Amino acid sequence: MLILLGLFLVIPVLMALWVSFSDWGGNGSPFSGNVHFVGTQNYQSILSGGGLAEQNFGTSLRNNAWYVVLVVPIQTAVSLFLAVMVNRAVLRGRGFFRTAFYFPSVTSSVAITVLWLFLFSTTGAINKVLSWVGIHGPNWFNDPDGILHLFLGLFGVQSGPASLTSSGFLGVTWWDWLAGPSVAMSAFILMAVFTTSGTFILLFIAALQNLGGDIQEAAMIDGANGWQRFWRITLPQLRPTLFTVLTLGLIGCWQVFDQIYTGTQGAPGNTTLTPAYLSYTSAFTNQAWGQGAAIAFILFVIIVAFTILQRWILRERTVSKRRMRAYLPKTEVPLEGGSR
Amino acid sequence: MTTGVNAQQLSVAATTGKDHPKPRRPRAPRSRRAIIATSVIYAVLVVLAVVYIFPFLLQVATAFKTNPDATANPVSLIPTTWSTAALQQLFVNSDFPLWFMNSAIVTIFVTFGRVFFDSLAGYALARLHFRGRNVIFAGLIAVMAVPAVVLMIPKFLVINQLGIYDSYTGMIVPLLVDAAGVFIMKGFFESIPVSVEEQARIDGAGTFRLFWSVVLPMARPALVTIIILSFQGSWNELAQFIISAQSPSLTTLTKGVASLSSGQLGQGNQYPLKLAAAAIMTIPVAVMFFVFQRRIMNNSEGAVKE
Repeated sequence: MLILLGLFLVIPVLMALWVSFSDWGGNGSPFSGNVHFVGTQNYQSILSGGGLAEQNFGTSLRNNAWYVVLVVPIQTAVSLFLAVMVNRAVLRGRGFFRTAFYFPSVTSSVAITVLWLFLFSTTGAINKVLSWVGIHGPNWFNDPDGILHLFLGLFGVQSGPASLTSSGFLGVTWWDWLAGPSVAMSAFILMAVFTTSGTFILLFIAALQNLGGDIQEAAMIDGANGWQRFWRITLPQLRPTLFTVLTLGLIGCWQVFDQIYTGTQGAPGNTTLTPAYLSYTSAFTNQAWGQGAAIAFILFVIIVAFTILQRWILRERTVSKRRMRAYLPKTEVPLEGGSR
Repeated sequence: MTTGVNAQQLSVAATTGKDHPKPRRPRAPRSRRAIIATSVIYAVLVVLAVVYIFPFLLQVATAFKTNPDATANPVSLIPTTWSTAALQQLFVNSDFPLWFMNSAIVTIFVTFGRVFFDSLAGYALARLHFRGRNVIFAGLIAVMAVPAVVLMIPKFLVINQLGIYDSYTGMIVPLLVDAAGVFIMKGFFESIPVSVEEQARIDGAGTFRLFWSVVLPMARPALVTIIILSFQGSWNELAQFIISAQSPSLTTLTKGVASLSSGQLGQGNQYPLKLAAAAIMTIPVAVMFFVFQRRIMNNSEGAVKE
């Protein structure tokens, strides 16, 4: 049985590593004589080729980075908020609310995406509800405009300064890096919050129930109000769970694939392209296996790097309570800064 | 208030708190303000619960609408005219039943396979002393850390190399063992006292017999966890089936519904059809969820305490 594990997990990685350094085109065995070692050519064409491959990769990184920057903090905040609410001691029907919030987590990403495409279609439920309050909803999944660009557009800023548009990184100008997630991607961001918060609510509720009431009581006697008790007593005690949730969120958010495959296939205007999906299409659709494998490995390195970085930033330290308080509310800030 | 004083007060208050037993529920609605606060919490929660549940109700309702109705009244929960056209088309004029069957086949094999292999591997890692055990365990942890999407191309390469591409074997075998499951089982077996096994060994039971008739029955809670996780995991799996098969006869629900979503059947929006498909594919996991609800919730509680 462990052989099975090795066969399908360790050897594959080594094979893919070879493919990422070869010119294999998908026909026959990647180990046959007419497949050649091409060095870092595949990696070069993605990272500095100046062509479409580089631009696509840069765009996919941009999209996914914004996705991470928004989804991780929002889902953490939403699930923490809901967990605290559901956990209120006097609350009746706690089981019902737990079930309601958790249910989206058990459904498959394909089914949810289909539902989301319906809700967020141009004449769909979301736009209908928005129209009740007088808002003309966007075309959601057909709208490639970045929300930060749209926001700047409100002030008449239509194009970026030359310093941002003339140069860039990975074939994407700095101005486009700063576009924010497209409207289409924002719908996926909402979906991610909707589907993943359930699991995290459960984690937070469990952690909350493990906290003793003594400290809360003591703080109440000291005259701390509910707000102060939450920020200064409850939250510091939830630190381990907060770490878990942030780590799981961070790892999960870099792997967006099912939604894109089911929903938009990267459209509109490549603004929902993600590295995971790009790796798949490069290899399986365009038969550029070396590039696909190379993207997968770069993605792997990104995820590992972020996990290590986060472990390091949020590592257990023996700090005084006071330092810990000063430090805790900031936990999400390094993530945002680092993801770009 | 300053922190130094606060900490001191905390400890003092904690001791006095014990001397005078106070009501355990500090937010019991005693005053009018508390009642208002409670109602606000309820209101917020109810609104949010509606936001979470409503899409699913709408999904079911839309499945019974006609195409024009679904587009014209996207929010209403009651179809203007009840129609089972979408369901009929799904079951009679499409491969939907085939997809469902394929998903069921894969899920059953994967679930049984995982129960068997995960517990066997978990037991070996927990109890048997063999050379390289620690290395294998370290490898297991490493494997758990590798994100699934990164493995798509690697897995395809192996499946292709072994000549099991486009077959049930290729779809099922790579899913038969999962590192997380082995990890859970190992943890559980380690919590069972060794003395029980020693007793059985004295009675003359061999290693496999010991495992099968003594240890495994004791591990029922953990096995249920594995069953839930693998059922959900394999029923909802998409990437693995994309890379391991291409023929239409091997399409699973996830793959099939994804292809529906990109407009395979007929023209127009076809929302009732798509949503009916999505709703039906949710039923098995939903049933699983409601049957094992308590256990699922408790599981994650257990996971936190680690």
